[in-house]
Amino acid sequence: MTEIASGPPAPGSQAGRRPEAIKAIPVRHPLRWVSAVIVLAFAADAVYTLATAPNMRWAVVGQYLFQRLILQGAVLTLELTVAAMVIGIALGIVLAVMRLSPNPVMSWVSWFYIWFFRGTPVLVQIFFWWNLAIILKNIGIGIAPNGPWLWHEATNSLIVPFTAATLGLGLNEAAYMAEIVRAGIISVEHGQTEAAQALGMSRLQVMQRIVLPQAMRVIIPPTGNETISMLKTTSLAFVATVPELYTRAQQISSSTFYVVEMLFVISIWYLFLTSILTIAQYYIERHFARGAQRELPPTPFQSFRRMLVTFHAPPPQVPLPVTAVRSEHR
Amino acid sequence: MPAVSMVRAEAVHKNYGRLEVLRGIDLEVQPKEVMCMIGPSGSGKSTFLRCINHLEKIDAGRLSVDGELVGYRERGDRLYELPDREVCRKRSEIGMVFQHFNLFPHMTALENLIEAPIRVKKESRATAVTRARALLERVGLAEKVDAYPKQLSGGQQQRVAIARALAMQPKLMLFDEPTSALDPELVGEVLDVMRGLAKDGMTMIVVTHEMGFAREVGDSLVFMDSGAIVEKGDPRDVLANPQHERTQSFLSKVL
Repeated sequence: MTEIASGPPAPGSQAGRRPEAIKAIPVRHPLRWVSAVIVLAFAADAVYTLATAPNMRWAVVGQYLFQRLILQGAVLTLELTVAAMVIGIALGIVLAVMRLSPNPVMSWVSWFYIWFFRGTPVLVQIFFWWNLAIILKNIGIGIAPNGPWLWHEATNSLIVPFTAATLGLGLNEAAYMAEIVRAGIISVEHGQTEAAQALGMSRLQVMQRIVLPQAMRVIIPPTGNETISMLKTTSLAFVATVPELYTRAQQISSSTFYVVEMLFVISIWYLFLTSILTIAQYYIERHFARGAQRELPPTPFQSFRRMLVTFHAPPPQVPLPVTAVRSEHR
Repeated sequence: MPAVSMVRAEAVHKNYGRLEVLRGIDLEVQPKEVMCMIGPSGSGKSTFLRCINHLEKIDAGRLSVDGELVGYRERGDRLYELPDREVCRKRSEIGMVFQHFNLFPHMTALENLIEAPIRVKKESRATAVTRARALLERVGLAEKVDAYPKQLSGGQQQRVAIARALAMQPKLMLFDEPTSALDPELVGEVLDVMRGLAKDGMTMIVVTHEMGFAREVGDSLVFMDSGAIVEKGDPRDVLANPQHERTQSFLSKVL
């Protein structure tokens, strides 16, 4: 036994009193201020140069930003993005599960698909679907290659510009999504599968109820990345004559010669749409963080506030309020 | 004595490639019996446990639960591998508790308990929830119904895991070192739950390092080393008076 008391100090004893909270002068960060001034100077210069560029007609940018054709193009861009990503994600999950299947045929088919669609340029793939009618006059479901047909249709009426672009973008995306989903599935601890199997759950139930929901945490960040990338890749749909944002800008600038102005107009739209996607991704990530952390990460607004506070002061002692799942004691 | 043993192993062999993990296990567990398995790590205790619910396939010998072969059907002198559906149905009758709990982290305690009864046994949600609440109360966690696993201590998580296995109303419970990953002060609460289960007549096979538990609760004790059973018998006898030299040296190190 030693003299030092190991238990909690008795109430009222000297050791039990809480010492005064520390009030120290925080470390100053002069370099933060210097760098801020330098960055602001560069930014101001860039804005000034652009704003006063002699041949840049800013009024035209404003005039076309909400022009009907541009708005229609923006809607179409968004539709293409959604359609291609829906195909990409759905098919990607199927391909990932096939790739990990104990059935060698499934695994091999999936491997081949990914090899083929990742290995050829997406521009070529869109163009191929758009030109399908050149090699195939009809598309149908039949018994043998030359009929009799259960159902068939002229290729020209099936493959309209939007279909060609969606197929090209979506089927290509599926190959990339398959690898993202596979990485997510592999990241889930094997004990989870075992525990679920021990309860008598089937392979499909284990995948659907236990593994995929946990894989989502790993799958979503790169999927957000893919979606944002897709939003801009839809501009390749111009080869299939889909009148999306970029095609519209091309059409307008070829008749008005407002080339750079139109590039500004569509860039503003692309930036606006990607910003919305970024925010959406954030909230989806928060949703799937359920149970993974004791507290949910802060919302963008909360982290913005925190950034303002920490710019010239040490990080706050008390964490900012977080709308969290109830955090129990351990 | 009931006619059918709950678990019956005859010359069970298992190898990983050229490594022999189980080298002829013979044992029998009667209904309501609590069998404890001890032995150094790598001796094959956990592997044997995992063979019982077909998480591992055996390579030779016969292993049956409640009179039915595990993973196979025997017709004439031929063995037919069971389809996945049958394997799942049999697993659903055997509860398993893991060293690292393996609770589903994206589900609350209650959701962990009702998942398999609803999906596998096709019970109604109401029935499953009623039983789940009763079970959580039985393991002393009535107020943690809506907590996620991350918000619980190790001991609480393991108690939820036991309740999750019980929610399927198993006829046999397998425990794979249920207290090995716990802080020493949390071991007691988990053992208390297991003691209660044994008293209620559950058939249990417990791989453990808790000699006190084996002595007090176990009906039989098996000491395994390098894939074989070295000694078995009444736990009080084996622990107090081990016959085999290998058992003596193991017990002298852990007791």
